[in-house]
Amino acid sequence: MASVIRLKFENFSWLIPGPANRRRPATGEPVLVRMILIGIALAFLGLFLVVPVVAVFAQALQKGVAAYFAAISEPEAWSAIRLTLLTVAIAVPLNLVFGVAAAWAIARFEFVGKNILITLIDLPFAVSPIISGMLFVLLLGAHSPLGAWLASHGIKIIFAVPGIVLATLFVTFPITARELIPIMVAVGSEEEEAAMVLGANGWHTFLRVTLPNVKWGTLYGAVLCNARAMGEFGAVSVVSGHIRGVTDTMPLYVEIIYNDYNFVAAFAVASLLTLLALVTLLLKHFLLSGSAIPLSSEKTSETVERIAA
Amino acid sequence: MSIEVRNVRKTFGDFVALEDVSLEIATGELVALLGLSGSGKTTLLRIIAGLEIPDRGTIHFHGEDASGRSARERKVGFVFQHYALFRHMTVFENVAFGLRVQPRKLRRSEREIAARVHDLLKLVQVDFLASRCPSQLSGGQRQRVALARTLAVEPKVLLLDEPFGALDAKVRQELRRWLKRLHDELRITSVFVTHDQEEALELANRVVVMNAGRVEQIGTAEEVYHHPANAFVYNFLGNVNLFHGRVENGKVYLGDTAVEVQDTHERAHLNGNKALVYVRPHFLDIERTPPEGNHCFRATVRNINSAGPQVKVELTAQWGDLVQVEIDHERYQALGLAIGAEVFLRPREKKIFVYQI
Repeated sequence: MASVIRLKFENFSWLIPGPANRRRPATGEPVLVRMILIGIALAFLGLFLVVPVVAVFAQALQKGVAAYFAAISEPEAWSAIRLTLLTVAIAVPLNLVFGVAAAWAIARFEFVGKNILITLIDLPFAVSPIISGMLFVLLLGAHSPLGAWLASHGIKIIFAVPGIVLATLFVTFPITARELIPIMVAVGSEEEEAAMVLGANGWHTFLRVTLPNVKWGTLYGAVLCNARAMGEFGAVSVVSGHIRGVTDTMPLYVEIIYNDYNFVAAFAVASLLTLLALVTLLLKHFLLSGSAIPLSSEKTSETVERIAA
Repeated sequence: MSIEVRNVRKTFGDFVALEDVSLEIATGELVALLGLSGSGKTTLLRIIAGLEIPDRGTIHFHGEDASGRSARERKVGFVFQHYALFRHMTVFENVAFGLRVQPRKLRRSEREIAARVHDLLKLVQVDFLASRCPSQLSGGQRQRVALARTLAVEPKVLLLDEPFGALDAKVRQELRRWLKRLHDELRITSVFVTHDQEEALELANRVVVMNAGRVEQIGTAEEVYHHPANAFVYNFLGNVNLFHGRVENGKVYLGDTAVEVQDTHERAHLNGNKALVYVRPHFLDIERTPPEGNHCFRATVRNINSAGPQVKVELTAQWGDLVQVEIDHERYQALGLAIGAEVFLRPREKKIFVYQI
C-alpha cells in the first residue's frame, strides 16, 4: 500500500519542490506534455498549411511540366503577371515613403489631430477590402461628379490600371507606418538631436541617423507590403471590372480561369503567387534575424495606444 | 565664449518649466545648474543649446543675440544624460560624425579626420575602443566617447546634461575629477546640469541653484553653501533641522530660548511674529551643563549612531521636535552621552538661518 502511494507520488514529483527537481527549470514540462503540445502544433501546421501548399503545386503539375509552362505563358496570364508586378512596383515604394513620413511625424512631434491620424492610419485594416474597393467606385466611378469630370477629360481610373493601383495603395496604406512607429518611439529623438548639435543638416540627420536606426523595420514593412499588394483580391476585384488581359491581376486571373474549370492553368498561376509568397517569407525571416529590434504587431498596437493615450 | 540668458520663460502646456530666468556666464567658466528634477535646469540647458525654443526671452553668445539660430548653427557641444551615441556606428564613426557632416569646403580629408578622431579618443582615454559599437561599452566609456564626439567639432560652449547621472558612484567620482582637469586644460565655457549638490559644489566655479523654474541663487560653491540667499537654498544644500520659532525685539526664540542671530542682513527685518529656523546638524553643539548667556535649549538623547566619520545623535527638543546633531568622536567621548541623557543644545554663532513667515 505504502509503495503504491509512493509510486503515485513519484508520478507527480515534478509538482513538488525538492532536490530531485532542481535540474528542471521552473517552467519545464514533462516530456509527454511537451510532445503532445508540439504534436498538435505540427499536425495543425501540416493540415492547414503544408498540405494545401503541396496541393497547389501538385494540381499545377498534374498534366506535366509542359502544360504548366504553357499555362503560365498564355498572353492573358502574362498580362496578369505584368499588371501585378507593376502594381507592386508602384504601391511598395509609395507605401514606404508614406510609412516613414507618418511614423516620423507621429513618433517625433506633438500636433493637433495626432490621435485622429493614428486612428485613420488603421482604417484600411479595419474595413473590409470590398468596401475599400467600393469607396473608389463611388468616388471616381462614372456616376460620381468627380468620375464624370475625369471621364470628360479622358482620364479613366475605375475599371482601369490606375484604379487597381489606387485600391492596392489604400489597403496596404498602414503596413510600413505601423511597423515603424513603435521602433521610432523606442529609438527616441536624442540621437537626432545629437546629430543636429554636431552640425548635421536635416537631410544628413535623416540619412545617417534616423534611417539606419529603422532600416530593418522599413525593409520588413516593404516585405509585408509586397506580400499584401501581390495577393490583394477584394478591393482590386471591385475596381478592376475584370477586363481579360487588361485589368486582371494574378489573383483575379486565377479566380476567372478556375471558374472556367481550367484547373491546371489556375493552379499554375496560383503556384507562382505561392512561390512569390514563400520568397517573401524567406526574406522576412532573414530580415528578422538581421534586426536587433523585435517586430511584432501586438507591440505595434500597444505602442500606438500608448502614444494615443 | 560668454553666454547670457535674458528673461527666458518656457511652458509645456500648463506646466511652467522656466519663469523669467536670467543668467550670465563668463568665458571659460564652469557653471553648475543645480536643482531637483522638475526645477527647469535641463530645459534651460536645452534652450541654451537651441534644442528647445523659449516662449519669451533671448540667448546671447558673446554679446550677440543667438535666439534665432538653430541648434546646428549655434556650434555648441551638448552631452546627453544617456549619451545618445549613434548605435549603428562604431566609436570611431561616432566621433568622426561631426567632422564628416561639415560643409564640403570646410571638410577635412579622410586622413585628417582619422588623425583627429584618434587624438580625441586618446584624450578621453578610450582609443583602444575605436572599432567597437556603443552597445559593447560600459556607461563610463560611453560617456567618454560622447564627450570626444562633442569635442571633435571644437565647440565654443560645452553643455552637459546630468553627465554622470547614469553612472555608479565610483566611476562618477573618477569622471568628475577628469572633467575638472579637462576643463582646466581646454578652458571651454561649460555648463552642466546636476541634481547632486556634492557634484555641483566640488566641480563648478559657480553654482546656479534652481527651484520650480526660478533661479534661487547664483554664487561660488562657498557662497551658496555658507551664505544661502534663502531658505530653499539652505535646505537644499545638505541636511538641516527645521524649527518653528518666534521673533521678538529682533531676537529669535525657540520655545523659551532666545537664540542669537548675528547675521545683520537677516536681523534687519526681524520684526514679525513667526519664523522658520534652519540649523545644520553640525552647527549644533551638545553641552551637559547650560552654557553662559542662556542661548541654548534642553533636549533628550534618543538615538546615537557612531559609525562613520561623525557621530550622529538624534534628540527630542524640549518642545517635542526631533533634532539631528553631528559631533566628532572626541567630543562624543568627552561628553559620555547615553540614550535618555538630558543635555543642552546650542546653535553655533552665525550658523543659523531664519526665514520669516
